[in-house]
This record gives sequence, C-alpha cells and structure tokens, in this order.
Amino acid sequence: MLAGGSGALLLIIMAAIAVFLVIQAVPALKADTTNFFFTLKWAPDSPQPSFGIAALVFGSVLTSLLALLMSVPVAVGVALATSHYAPRWLAGPLAGVVDLLAAVPSVVFGQWGLIYLVPNIDTPSRFLHDYLGFIPLFASNGTYGKSIFAASVVLAVMVIPIVAAISREVFVQTPRDHIEAAWAIGATKWEMVRMAILPYGRSGVVSGTVLGFGRAIGETIAVALVLSSNYVISFRILDPGGNTIAANIANRYGDAGEMGRGALIASGLVLFVITLIVNFGARAIVRRSGRGGA
Amino acid sequence: MSSDLVRARLPRWSLGAIAAGVVAVTAVLFVATPLAGRVGFLLTAAGLYVLVQTAVSLVVEGRRAARNRLVTSAVVACTCAAVLPLVAVLGFTVVKGMAVLNGSFLTHTMRGVAEQDAAGGIYHAMIGTLEQVGLATVMAVPFGLLVAIYLVEYSAGRLGRVVSFFVDVMTGLPSIVAGLFIFALWILALGRGFSGFAGSLALVILMLPTVVRSAEEMLKIVPDSLREGSYALGVPKWVTVLRIVLPTALAGIVTGVMLAIARVTGETAPLLLTVFGNPALNFNPFSGAQASLPLFVFSEAGLPDETAVNRAWAAALVLILIVLTLNIIARVIARVASVRS
Repeated sequence: MLAGGSGALLLIIMAAIAVFLVIQAVPALKADTTNFFFTLKWAPDSPQPSFGIAALVFGSVLTSLLALLMSVPVAVGVALATSHYAPRWLAGPLAGVVDLLAAVPSVVFGQWGLIYLVPNIDTPSRFLHDYLGFIPLFASNGTYGKSIFAASVVLAVMVIPIVAAISREVFVQTPRDHIEAAWAIGATKWEMVRMAILPYGRSGVVSGTVLGFGRAIGETIAVALVLSSNYVISFRILDPGGNTIAANIANRYGDAGEMGRGALIASGLVLFVITLIVNFGARAIVRRSGRGGA
Repeated sequence: MSSDLVRARLPRWSLGAIAAGVVAVTAVLFVATPLAGRVGFLLTAAGLYVLVQTAVSLVVEGRRAARNRLVTSAVVACTCAAVLPLVAVLGFTVVKGMAVLNGSFLTHTMRGVAEQDAAGGIYHAMIGTLEQVGLATVMAVPFGLLVAIYLVEYSAGRLGRVVSFFVDVMTGLPSIVAGLFIFALWILALGRGFSGFAGSLALVILMLPTVVRSAEEMLKIVPDSLREGSYALGVPKWVTVLRIVLPTALAGIVTGVMLAIARVTGETAPLLLTVFGNPALNFNPFSGAQASLPLFVFSEAGLPDETAVNRAWAAALVLILIVLTLNIIARVIARVASVRS
C-alpha cells in the first residue's frame, strides 16, 4: 500500500509540475501585448509587456546541436578507445576518469568557460573566420568572445563524458561471436569495428546522444556564465551574443517583477515541452531501430 | 618472411623513424616560417605524423591497412581531444583554488566582505549545502526506495508501466524546470519565502529518478529463490521485502544513493530560484535565504574583480573534492559488494 502510494505520488508530482507552471504562466501570457512565439524581445515588466521566446528557443537548439556536432564523434572515439582499442591496463582507468568527469558540477565548467575559454577563444575563432569565413556560419566582424561558439564548446566538453559512457556500455556488450566472425574473414580492426561493433552499438549511441542533447538544452549555469545575452536570431556563431531559455531564466530572474517571473515560468514551460518531445522522439527511434544489430 | 599470402607490414622501427622525421620537419617549419606557439607545434607535428604514416602505409601495406591505421589515429586523437579539456578544467581549478584555500577560508562567511577584499570564506555556503542536500536525501531516499519496491515487487499491469515511464520522463527533466516548479508552487502559490528547504524540495525531484532507477536495478537482481524460500516458511510479503530482499540489495542501493547525492550537490540552477543565496550565515534551513557552494561559485565567478574570482575557484575546488569523494566512495562500495556476492 505504502509502496503503491509512493508510485502514485510520483505521478502526482509530475502532473503538479505541469499544472503549476501553467497556472503561474497564464497571467503573464495574457498580458503579453505581442506574439509569445515570434517576438524578439524580453520586456515583460514594462507598462506594455512584450516578450517572446523565438530567439531563446533558437539559441537553445543551436548551441545544443553545435555541442552535439562537436562532442558525439569525439565521444564515440573515446567509447571505442575504452572498449576495444586501448590496452587493458589503460582502458579501465581511462573509463573511470571519463565517468568521474561526468560528475563534475556544471558551474565549474561554466567558470572555466568564462575565465579561461572566452579570453582564449580568439585564436580558433579567427582561424575559422579566416579560412572558412565564406560559410555564413563563420562570418564575423572581428570581435569574438562571449559567443554561441564559446557556449557550444563548453557544452560539448560537458556532454562528451555522458555520450561516451553510454556508448561504451553498449560497445562492450557486442557479442563475442560477431567480433570473432569479423576476425575470421580476415577483417582489419577498423573493418571489425564497422561490421560488428558499430551496428550493434547504434542504439546506445543514439540514446546517449539524446541524453546529451537533453543535458545541453537544459544546462543553465554554464551557459549563463559564458553567453552575453541578447534577443536576436543570428547564425553568426562567432559574434558575441545569443541566448538560451535556461540561461535567460538565470540571468533575468534576479531583477524580474511579477510579470517578469510569470514570463520566465512560461519560457520554462516551453523548455519542459521541448525536452518531453525530444525524449519521446528518442524512445520511438530506439524502439524502431531495435536493440542491437543482426 | 615474404609470402604470397601475407602483404608486407610496416615494421615497428619505421613508425619511430616517421615520428622523428616529422618532428624535425615541423621544427624546421617553425623556424623558417611565421608559425609559432607550443600548441601549434604539437598539433602540426601530430597532424603531419598521421598524414605521413597513412601515406606510407598506403604504399607499403595497401588500402585496407592504411584505412585501419588512419582510424586508429582518429580514435587516439578523439581520446586526447576529450580528456585534455576535462583535465584542463580540473587542473585549472586545482591550481587557482589551492592559492586561496586555507583554514580561514573554510571557517569564515562573506558577511560584510566587499568583492575586492581578500577576507571572507565559504563556511556559510558549506553549512547551506550540507543542510539542503541532507534534507533532500532524507526525503528522496525513502520515497525513491518505496517507488522502486513498488515497481519490482508489487506492480502488475498498467499503473506500474505508467510509473516506470514517468520515472524516465523525470530523468530528462532539466534542473532549472524543477527549480521553477518549486518556485511556482512553494514561493508564488503558497507564499513561502526563499529557504533552504525550498531548495531541498527541488533537489528531491532531481534525486528521485536516480534513486528509483538504481534501486530498481539492484532489487531486480535479487534471486527469486530467496523470496520463494522466505514465502515457503510462511513469512508475509512485506516482511520478506524488508528482511530478505532489501538487505541483499543494500550495497547496490547505497551506491546509487551516493551517486544521486553527488549529482545534486553540484546543482546550481534550481537553488538560484529557491534558496537565492545569502552572504551571511543562516543555520535555519526552514526560513530565510541561505547560501550554497554552487551558488557561491556562480555569484563570485560573475564578478569583475580578480579577488572574487579567486574565491570562486577555491569554492569550486572544495565542491569538486566533495563530489568526487562521494563518487569514489560509491564506487568502492559497489566493488566491495560485488566481490562478496
């Protein structure tokens, strides 16, 4: 009975999260004089409240996608190294270190990003701008620093241990038979990895990636420290600027009035819905692709 | 040595020779051209090595072996690319933090300390974190254990599946949303002020899924024969769970709980909205704003003054030490337990 009650209480909490966020968001949404989904502005406490989440959603999704773009290939490499490439004496400690790094608090990464990375990101930024500037993504006016790019790098560093740990867990479960079969037909190591390990571990990489995306898009403090906030939509990732839903909540919370708090809660609700959609989508993908290859 | 069935392989010494050659060429490049910098030197040398090794392998060993070598190099490069920034973060924190960390830093608060003053410390923040995480643990562990017991021992059918599903959803809940929820419920709707307890409520939501999932996994691997033996002696189900199943799974459950504690100890975002932060010491977690270690790091790191930033590094070092210690203890418990069974 007690146990069943706890199960029910957990469901009640989840329902309460949705209900209370909606209740507190509605007054602000009603007072919003402009379109909540398309306005590029955040002035909920002005006499004519006007705020919208377009730029925030754009920034959240862009930083998270860039972070995944940088971290997933690296993480898969690390997972391969710790599961099949590194010698046994090195693989164990290496995997342990990666696991421990997943536990480092995000505020520490944020501080590192703010104090060390932002002042030093000029060199790689200039490199990208000089050699790849013809791609609109890397266009720049020559000032770098607290940019979407810097935030994505911090997020990527944070996401790598998560994706690597989950991918590794699946890679090491590859059936011995698949691996031996690949060796038996004279495969090189890479051919063995491509034929046996990667097909089997695909679902692990996908679910690790989704978990990493969830972590990146919900990450608040690290991004709040690294980004200088504004409310524009721009693909020029090297220029200072950009904002995310979560970082905006942390940055604007202190000086928010009654309407401002409601507006921030409304944006949190949007973040909640996005993470729900991502989780459901991932579940569907993993189920369809089936667990393991063959 | 030369067989028609085996293609020529690159001997070991050739790899060393390539490495030496590449370093020499890079050195000449760096002397003769405007290229400069230690990092640049390493990157150039490594890149050249991979290039030359692959090219030589392509000529001597053929395409498949060359591709294999290229991928191996990529795997090594990935590992370096992942471990280096992470080690840099830790190393930076340790070096910067050690410069400030001392006994006075651990035993003083920030009351009346201006941002450029070298005095002050994190005593109030450590007390806050201890109380908030302690309260959260006291609430989340029994709750999570009961849910796990329900899922493994009692649930049959729809409700169990629904609960299990929502535990997954809860796992993906961003921590700032948990903070917003407690803010909306506890502070706006119920009209309570900021307090350590409000922070613990938010932390409970973040701890729950971790505790439930790890306890569930541990309960699942308790052999059914133990349960059946207990039933055969006429022991009721709840006593069986309490006296047979839980003690068997105890070590694993403790490991999961420690990892959950470690995770929420570093949480900043939900505390920002519920505990708010306070430069002075507040022992009472049930009334008034409190400080916490992650909040302290966040607020000091954002200040423009170097002294404040150094304080943030020292606090971050303490935070990392606490979290990593919890993690290591958890792993040791897990290892000892698995050896016993």
